[in-house]
Amino acid sequence: MAEPLPRTPVLDASEGLAKLATYPFQILAFIGPDGYPVSVAVEATTDPASGVVSFGAPAGLTVPADADVSLTGSHIRPQPGYGYDERRHVTVWGRAATDGGRVTFRAARAWGWDESEVSFFEYSERSVAQSRRYFDALSAERGTPVKPRLSFGWLALRTTRLPFLTATFVPVILGIAIAARQGAFDLVTAVLTVVGAAFVQLGLNVANDVFDTVQGADDANVTPTQFSGGSRVIQYGLVSLRQMAGLATLFYLAAALIGLLLLALRGSPALLAIGVIGFIVSIGYTAPPLKLVYRGLGEIAVAIGFGPLMLLGAYVVQTRGALSWEPFVASLPIALLVALILYVNEIPDRRSDARAGKRTLPVRLPKATVVNGYRAAAVASYAILVGGVAVGVLPIPALLALLTIPLALRVSRGLEPNYDNPYGLMAVMGVNVKLHLYAGLLLLAGYLVVLIAGAIAPSVPLFLR
Amino acid sequence: MTTLPEPVERLLDAALVGELTVVDGTGHPVTYPLIPLYDGERIYMTSSTLFSKKLEHIKANPRVAVSITDPVAVGGRTDRATIQGDARVMEEDPHGGWERILPIWEKKEPAIVAFLKARVALPLFFERSLIEITPRRSLYWSDGDAAVAPLVAVAEGNGKEAA
Repeated sequence: MAEPLPRTPVLDASEGLAKLATYPFQILAFIGPDGYPVSVAVEATTDPASGVVSFGAPAGLTVPADADVSLTGSHIRPQPGYGYDERRHVTVWGRAATDGGRVTFRAARAWGWDESEVSFFEYSERSVAQSRRYFDALSAERGTPVKPRLSFGWLALRTTRLPFLTATFVPVILGIAIAARQGAFDLVTAVLTVVGAAFVQLGLNVANDVFDTVQGADDANVTPTQFSGGSRVIQYGLVSLRQMAGLATLFYLAAALIGLLLLALRGSPALLAIGVIGFIVSIGYTAPPLKLVYRGLGEIAVAIGFGPLMLLGAYVVQTRGALSWEPFVASLPIALLVALILYVNEIPDRRSDARAGKRTLPVRLPKATVVNGYRAAAVASYAILVGGVAVGVLPIPALLALLTIPLALRVSRGLEPNYDNPYGLMAVMGVNVKLHLYAGLLLLAGYLVVLIAGAIAPSVPLFLR
Repeated sequence: MTTLPEPVERLLDAALVGELTVVDGTGHPVTYPLIPLYDGERIYMTSSTLFSKKLEHIKANPRVAVSITDPVAVGGRTDRATIQGDARVMEEDPHGGWERILPIWEKKEPAIVAFLKARVALPLFFERSLIEITPRRSLYWSDGDAAVAPLVAVAEGNGKEAA
């Protein structure tokens, strides 16, 4: 691991005292003569300048002189039928002195949490090391490993990041559809292509976690979201690094076997070249020596891999190696939109990525440039689509994908206000994932229209030239 | 069976949050806000393994205190109570053992069931140990004012004493 796991934030005594003063009452705690803690609500006054806090001695209870006591402030806001929110608490410790009816102490140390300052999710991530220590201690106590658990289904979903397979399905099925429009379609190899490409992405997803863990990027990330920061199954102790490495190898082996089978069935120099480049880009994404994402080439690698390579690869399997401009042009908007998924997902990860030496675009560029970069790339994807139709390379129904422009606008507008708020950005990231998926599905729908129209009304012109 | 005064039990039943104070390895008090769950005999609290330092303290020294102090957390009531007792960490099955107190928890925090269904999103938060507290003594302030001595009740006996 590159560096120790992040810890929970630390408060200094004066900061703790200032926070304590904001609570309407405090809970005094001390250890009684019988060894049991005693806790009682008091109303303390604080002097931030001197760091001294004082309160009336509680009646009937003896606060020990010259012993450490603590004052805690705690707050929640009840939400009937739900529970509560606005959680915060702070504790300040000091050595008590009694003077007549008053107790005073100088704040020596403090500890606390305020979810308006550190979100619950970040606080939890910062506490993962404590969970590890807990399970390590329990394992040592029992003499057998004790690990956190998830049901197999949830664990498989989380480990493989299965829902992100849409990034593969969109270009691969589109490539097959374009080939079909041109009269080349074989069901068996089409299914094998989809499955093989899915294995490549699963291998990539799992290998990405392995290498990001080895290189410290995932451990340093305390603001992961469902779209960023990796699956975290290694960090949580749900799956070991070794198991993940084995799983990635299995996925790549399955993909390689299917690739070889496709070469045997529909082999062509184009397919061989696309397959070899695809494997290199996939494995080299995070793995040394290439480490493309660490060198600032991650966005380009993803664009090429989940754009032209996937789409053209699926296309040439069907056409037995014949190439044309149509699948290449169709792959470009998809390439840009899938790269934009990564691009936006990298925004909340940028600090931990920087610490781990990952030179992503959001790490290297200022906020305004990143936001404008998103806008430019989104505009470019639609411009290519319209241009492709205008020059007669893409069919007119492909313009259906323009219906996703409102989604792109939502992402574009959401980036700036949520740039420094990972959890606010989650909704934006969700819309961005949908943008790629829906644009791809609408492009597919366009090709479906072309296929159906070609079957029932072949004389209707669906290309401008 | 331990007994607590009826007003103290009512506070425990109502409280959305209470303060658990434990003794750390250096003999200092450490206070944690937690939701108290009372089954009529013992007080239960749960702790995620993420925030399990308190469990280490309890295992080393089981003497604890639970206070109910916040009027906002008890529907506006102004009385207050502290229960001292002996705590036991129940961690035979951190994955699901704590779920036996889920029905009491759900009454106070209905959202917990929905959160539990989304366990995949926060797996370590739901790896939890149960803290079982056997009350030994309670202190009760009928008007919540610490300037007035509390009514002290010893749970193991039936006697009540002025502090």
